[in-house]
Amino acid sequence: MSILILAEHDGKQLKQSTRQAVTAAAVWQLPIHILVAAEHADVVAKEAASISNVARVIKVEAAHFSHPLAEDVSAVLIKLAPEYKVILGGHTALSKSVLPRVAALLDVAMLSDVIQITAPATYVRPIYAGNIFATVESSDSTQVLTVRGTSFEVAADGGNAEIIRIEAPAANTTTRWIKEEKNVSDRPELASAHVVISGGRSLGEQFNSLLDPIAHKLNAAVGATRACVDAGFAPNDIQVGQTGTVVAPELYIAVGISGAMQHIAGIKDSKVIVAINHDPDAPIFKYADYGLVADLFKALPELNAALN
Amino acid sequence: MKVLVAVKHVLDYNIMPRIKQDGSDVDITGNKMGINPFDEIAVEEAVRLKERGIVKEIIAVSIGAENSKDTLRHALAMGADRAVLIQTDAALQPLGVAKLLKAIVEKEQPDLILLGKQAIDDDSGQTGQMLSALLGTGQSTFASAINIKDGEIEVTREVDTGNETVSIKLPAVVTSDLRLNEPRFLKLPNLMMAKKKPIETIVASELGIDFSPRLKQTKVAEPPVRKPGVLVASVAELVEKLRIEKVLP
Ligand SMILES: Cc1cc2nc3c(=O)[nH]c(=O)nc-3n(C[C@H](O)[C@H](O)[C@H](O)COP(=O)(O)OP(=O)(O)OC[C@H]3O[C@@H](n4cnc5c(N)ncnc54)[C@H](O)[C@@H]3O)c2cc1C
Ligand SMILES: Cc1cc2nc3c(=O)[nH]c(=O)nc-3n(C[C@H](O)[C@H](O)[C@H](O)COP(=O)(O)OP(=O)(O)OC[C@H]3O[C@@H](n4cnc5c(N)ncnc54)[C@H](O)[C@@H]3O)c2cc1C
Repeated sequence: MSILILAEHDGKQLKQSTRQAVTAAAVWQLPIHILVAAEHADVVAKEAASISNVARVIKVEAAHFSHPLAEDVSAVLIKLAPEYKVILGGHTALSKSVLPRVAALLDVAMLSDVIQITAPATYVRPIYAGNIFATVESSDSTQVLTVRGTSFEVAADGGNAEIIRIEAPAANTTTRWIKEEKNVSDRPELASAHVVISGGRSLGEQFNSLLDPIAHKLNAAVGATRACVDAGFAPNDIQVGQTGTVVAPELYIAVGISGAMQHIAGIKDSKVIVAINHDPDAPIFKYADYGLVADLFKALPELNAALN
Repeated sequence: MKVLVAVKHVLDYNIMPRIKQDGSDVDITGNKMGINPFDEIAVEEAVRLKERGIVKEIIAVSIGAENSKDTLRHALAMGADRAVLIQTDAALQPLGVAKLLKAIVEKEQPDLILLGKQAIDDDSGQTGQMLSALLGTGQSTFASAINIKDGEIEVTREVDTGNETVSIKLPAVVTSDLRLNEPRFLKLPNLMMAKKKPIETIVASELGIDFSPRLKQTKVAEPPVRKPGVLVASVAELVEKLRIEKVLP
């Protein structure tokens, strides 16, 4: 029996979450296979084959995988499932949509957002917005799970896996892809950045003008609270927290953020947390390694200048 | 058309959960409970569709113990027409919940099934997708906008890189994200009226469905605590400290 990882990619490159899933999968000491579903899978399949510890890459190519839908990707996984002991992916929008379908069709339970694995089937996962860690055992014949990227190292290159090709099942007839609006940014990816600077709703219209110059100097990703996103000052894909992205950078700078537990859920694993808030009683100071009680509209330009 | 909304009774989102003395589980006794915030958004969306004349009937369904009726009443007060409690005191896990919901869907034959994208207690985010797979319908997770026309539902979804729009043939399963809408405040008269509306109760064990838990929770624990931090007096001092920590250039 082997382990199957659902690759996450943009058609050109693997997402870091796939390499983190490879590290998580190593705990079983079974051959690791990666499934690349794409319209044209060659480039991504080659990259997957070069990851250390990967035994096989399975390519499945079809026009309808140019924008993969959960219904179609789960059909491929169901076809392959009988040969696998474990099916997993990163805790990304794709895997979160696909893997519960796979689990239900295999009539097995699923584990979401796993942060620790003891083979063969004991897992630790955060519940209640990360305030509690639950240890859970599964006795199902196939283990289906997503893993939290920030809890596992990024697997390096050094492998030379075989690449095979399988036929795609026919496209589903219920769901059609219409369009996407990508938020393009030249900043590093939020989930993997070494430095993250996040703002709350108090930054208002000046969200970008205050944070971008500092982010640029620190090569940092920019994050936001839900309140800030709801107010329309930042796009939804940079929301950090329980229901947004979980980050674990070397340095997390929280500016004008109250520190609600749903936000803290996404930043707890940061190495150093800095909080800038004008309210000395803001809950964020309980989690910060360094706190500065100050008006952000004064402190941010000062910080920007100090980094010159 | 008819909409079915799944609503879960959970610990209030402002409350810090406590652990039972023996470390076996979270202790929620005596705490404030309420409707899962994502489910409140799902109910709101159904009510708005009804107000626009697209939806005729909204059925709220909860699975759990007797006290889940409080959450069903909340849904009724928001504008749901009927409520169904699938009653059980047993431990529930997403696959079991999906199987029980499937039974109700088959009975009620709704055109649209709305759920939350995740429940804020277990944070699994699986039930909607599992239900869709079991029913053989299309699915859309993380919905931030929906539009129904010509027997299809167009859904804008929040994905890792921005937004994606898909169109699904009805019946379909859709799970709501935070930005789908802003739920209304409950008015007292509506709450009073909801108290009087009957709640249909179905005993889960009588449905002939195996919803027993597959996962065994062996322990719960608090995550490691961070060491206490320090306050700095100025931006200059902050930068100096961070340089000593080697996290700033
Ligand atoms: C189900 C659910 C899920 C959620 N998921 C998330 C999530 O994933 N991520 C998330 O972030 N939130 C999430 N939330 C929302 C969360 O509960 C908080 O509402 C949110 O994090 C608050 O954002 P904020 O700190 O920007 O705003 P506020 O709470 O308004 O706080 C603003 C802060 O800025 C400070 N401030 C104001 N002006 C200045 C100034 N001039 N200088 C310095 N400081 C200033 C204030 O003192 C205050 O502390 C969720 C909520 C729910 C119910
Ligand atoms: C090992 C283990 C043991 C557990 N033991 C217990 C226990 O003893 N008692 C207990 O109460 N819980 C227990 N739980 C938690 C329970 O499993 C989850 O709350 C349940 O599985 C649903 O998962 P979720 O709420 O995270 O679903 P999600 O998939 O995150 O929920 C998504 C959506 O599905 C719908 N939904 C989910 N559950 C319901 C429901 N019950 N009724 C209506 N709609 C619903 C809602 O619309 C919700 O927004 C246990 C969990 C595990 C892993």
